[in-house]
Amino acid sequence: MNRRILGVMLGILFVGLMATPVVLNRVSARHTPIAVDAPRDAVMARYGFCFQEVAKAAGIEFTHQVPNLDPQLAPIMPMVASMGAAVSIVDVDRDGWQDIYVANSGEGSRNRLYRNRGDGSFEDVAAAMGGADVNQVGTGVSMGAVWGDYDNDGYEDLFLYKWGRPELFRNEQGRRLVRVTADAGLPSWINANTAIWLDYDRDGRLDLFIGGYYAEHVNLWKLETTRIMPDSFEYAKNGGRKYLLRNRGDGRFEDVTEKLGITSRRWALAATAADLRGTGYPDLFIANDYGVSELYFNDGGVRFREVGKQSGVGFAPKSGMNAAVGDVFNQGQFSIYVTNISEEGILLQGNNLWVPKAGTSGEHLQYENLAREMGVELGGWSFGAQFGDLNNDGSLDLFLTNGFVSADRDKSYWYDFSKIAGGNTTIISDAQNWPPMEGRSLSGFQQKRVWINDGTGQFFDVAQAVGITDTSDGRAVALADLWNRGALDAVVVNQQGPLLLYKNTVVPDHAWIAFDLEGRDSNRSAIGAQVRLFWNGHEQVQEVSGGSGYGAQNQRRVHFGLGKEAHIEKAVIRWPSGKVQMLTAPQIGQIHQVKEPA
Amino acid sequence: MTPELSASTTSVSSMTTPSPSVWAHWRSFDKRYLAPMLITCILAAGQLSFGFLESYSRTALAILIALVIEVVVGRIFWGQWPNLASAYVSGISVGILVRSPAFWPYAVCSALSIISKYVLRVKGRHLWNPSNFGICVMLVLAPDVVASLSIQWGNYLLPMIIVWILGSFIIWQVKRFHICATYVVSFLLLAYVRSWITGHPFLAEVAPITGPMYQLFIFFMITDPKTTVQTTWGQCAVVCLVALVEMILRLHESVYAPLYALFLVGPTANLIEIWWHSRQPATASAPYPI
Repeated sequence: MNRRILGVMLGILFVGLMATPVVLNRVSARHTPIAVDAPRDAVMARYGFCFQEVAKAAGIEFTHQVPNLDPQLAPIMPMVASMGAAVSIVDVDRDGWQDIYVANSGEGSRNRLYRNRGDGSFEDVAAAMGGADVNQVGTGVSMGAVWGDYDNDGYEDLFLYKWGRPELFRNEQGRRLVRVTADAGLPSWINANTAIWLDYDRDGRLDLFIGGYYAEHVNLWKLETTRIMPDSFEYAKNGGRKYLLRNRGDGRFEDVTEKLGITSRRWALAATAADLRGTGYPDLFIANDYGVSELYFNDGGVRFREVGKQSGVGFAPKSGMNAAVGDVFNQGQFSIYVTNISEEGILLQGNNLWVPKAGTSGEHLQYENLAREMGVELGGWSFGAQFGDLNNDGSLDLFLTNGFVSADRDKSYWYDFSKIAGGNTTIISDAQNWPPMEGRSLSGFQQKRVWINDGTGQFFDVAQAVGITDTSDGRAVALADLWNRGALDAVVVNQQGPLLLYKNTVVPDHAWIAFDLEGRDSNRSAIGAQVRLFWNGHEQVQEVSGGSGYGAQNQRRVHFGLGKEAHIEKAVIRWPSGKVQMLTAPQIGQIHQVKEPA
Repeated sequence: MTPELSASTTSVSSMTTPSPSVWAHWRSFDKRYLAPMLITCILAAGQLSFGFLESYSRTALAILIALVIEVVVGRIFWGQWPNLASAYVSGISVGILVRSPAFWPYAVCSALSIISKYVLRVKGRHLWNPSNFGICVMLVLAPDVVASLSIQWGNYLLPMIIVWILGSFIIWQVKRFHICATYVVSFLLLAYVRSWITGHPFLAEVAPITGPMYQLFIFFMITDPKTTVQTTWGQCAVVCLVALVEMILRLHESVYAPLYALFLVGPTANLIEIWWHSRQPATASAPYPI
């Protein structure tokens, strides 16, 4: 073949390669979900569920407020004061209806506790009960809250983490929240963005993990220095310390953080605990901003061992903002979902779905990131995410919030952000060096995602079709069956935006079952208890959680979708105490109240 | 970013009469392999200390594709086995600089980079630095799956200093340090101008050059012998122009300003030089290296 012909062929190959991205883009665009304005019946028929935003109709009108920090941060204030919209679900008065606690972050603003009246409406009882006025000037502002019965009196107590003074409230019979911070042994000042309840030593008392973001010596309202920013965009280690506080059982907590091996100063934004290895002890996963995630194996409640690199989750540094676990393959093992930043053409970290590698378990458990393969990788500037079976088809779906700072639609801060983010530590760590935002957006006006799991390991975004259409800056999302109908509703809080209450309607032929657990020898909240359900040849495991997602806590009740023509063989409950309880063929379509056997 | 450091930079006499001294051994070393060695060191150090790669497999794919295409196309077109140093550096550059959650962009970018050397030629000379071409094309055509933000090495000073020292030494050895120095000085001066225009902190404007992507850009991309003009003063003028165009792009908030600036200025300068030489019969027939 002469060189001329070869040259032409090479030219054709060259043009073909140039066209490859365009062709692939068009091919992928064909997999579009049903039209946004499709009739509700069509959506229900195709996806099996549909959301309707009902906050106002249910009596909830809440708009998150942001803090006004030290004037030295004014040029980049929208970016610094970009967190705090948080939500947690609790049945505060044990009436069987899930209530909603919402954090606010403006100085002097009030947190809300929306009590579920059981008739479809909610009333704010925070002020009456005592958990509202927690953002007074000089004490910092709320970043989130988690509920757990730390004194085992049967009522969920409130731990509030802040940029400021953390607070503990004892729930007195569901009538009052009594502030008990002073005697609890908590740190006096933190800049935390995550906390979870867990019983790490399985002594029947709930302990507390708190993850610091900014260093704890920083008062964001009275800066002594502007060198408070991360010292690296991907390898920062100048964040807040972590606290593992052991519940002594006398109303006080003991700081055992270093003693148990947790010394990280990465910038924690989310944490969750679950027994990932089947040891009976909860392991700890921390999603860090500006760095790698950390996974701590719990060695018998006496030591936490960081195994991020060994397990595969601590290798590539990103901007972790969420930690949630779910048995996405119905194989009795938890995968972990971590959200990061993806901005087209600029920064494509991609979210991580850490799935246990086949053939690995126990001490040698390893994870691989299958987010791309499973279709849950690119969301935007992602924050909170939760697993839950939204259409009761028997597979866990994923609800994701996105969007960082929405200001001027036509002006982006991304260029300046990328400029400074690549700079040396002496430049990036000083807020004074950051270019002013001047009203520009940074990954603003982004859509949320509702990824439904088709049961084969593929997720498809149907958010727009099923009614999740808002583009406010999403932060926390919590899932709960707010109307006790066997459907998981979604509560979304947006930064400097409205709380949105998405009421879920699921097709009636998709069955469900739920379990409300109460510990006896175990902590009474049953946090850490695992329910393993066997039906129609499937097996799915869920664990009662003391906090997951970003700034969020789902209902403690575990909810299983079962799909059509479901026949449950059994439910096996493993309590944190180690007891194993089996329920044979429990009734479908019911919320089962289960107490730990004596 | 393909520093195909030509044999002309190597001392022939020292190669033919090796001295027992270490320095003589160094001088006799084929300096075409300096760039691959340097970039391999950077890759290894970055990966071992920070784990900066998207994944081993993606980088390996980029390198493999570059090498295979270079071998196949080089053999077919020139009838001889090509030296793979250049393709190796192109592949490794793509593997480091392209950030994508997918695999295919690494393969396509590597392939585009290498084939561009053979397809986009004028009077036997290729115009674009191969990986600069490949990465820019991917950034423009596939922004939904490709990015190249320069933050993946950590932002600490020590690794930068090591890269600067090592890189400067090697670049000095191959007599192209003046290009790097001219660019750095131009960048710093123009950073001051940008700061004055935008009102942003001077250090914010300087910040990018303290990041790791610029080390690759400065040591490998703008110094590529095959795609830079031939005179010393011309090389300095071109990188000044690159810095100037980069400033203009930066003022228009282009995230990948340096890559695009080189993409625009480099070939233009080469074309002008080719045109200039074509007017002078004595030099017009001088062969350009592949």
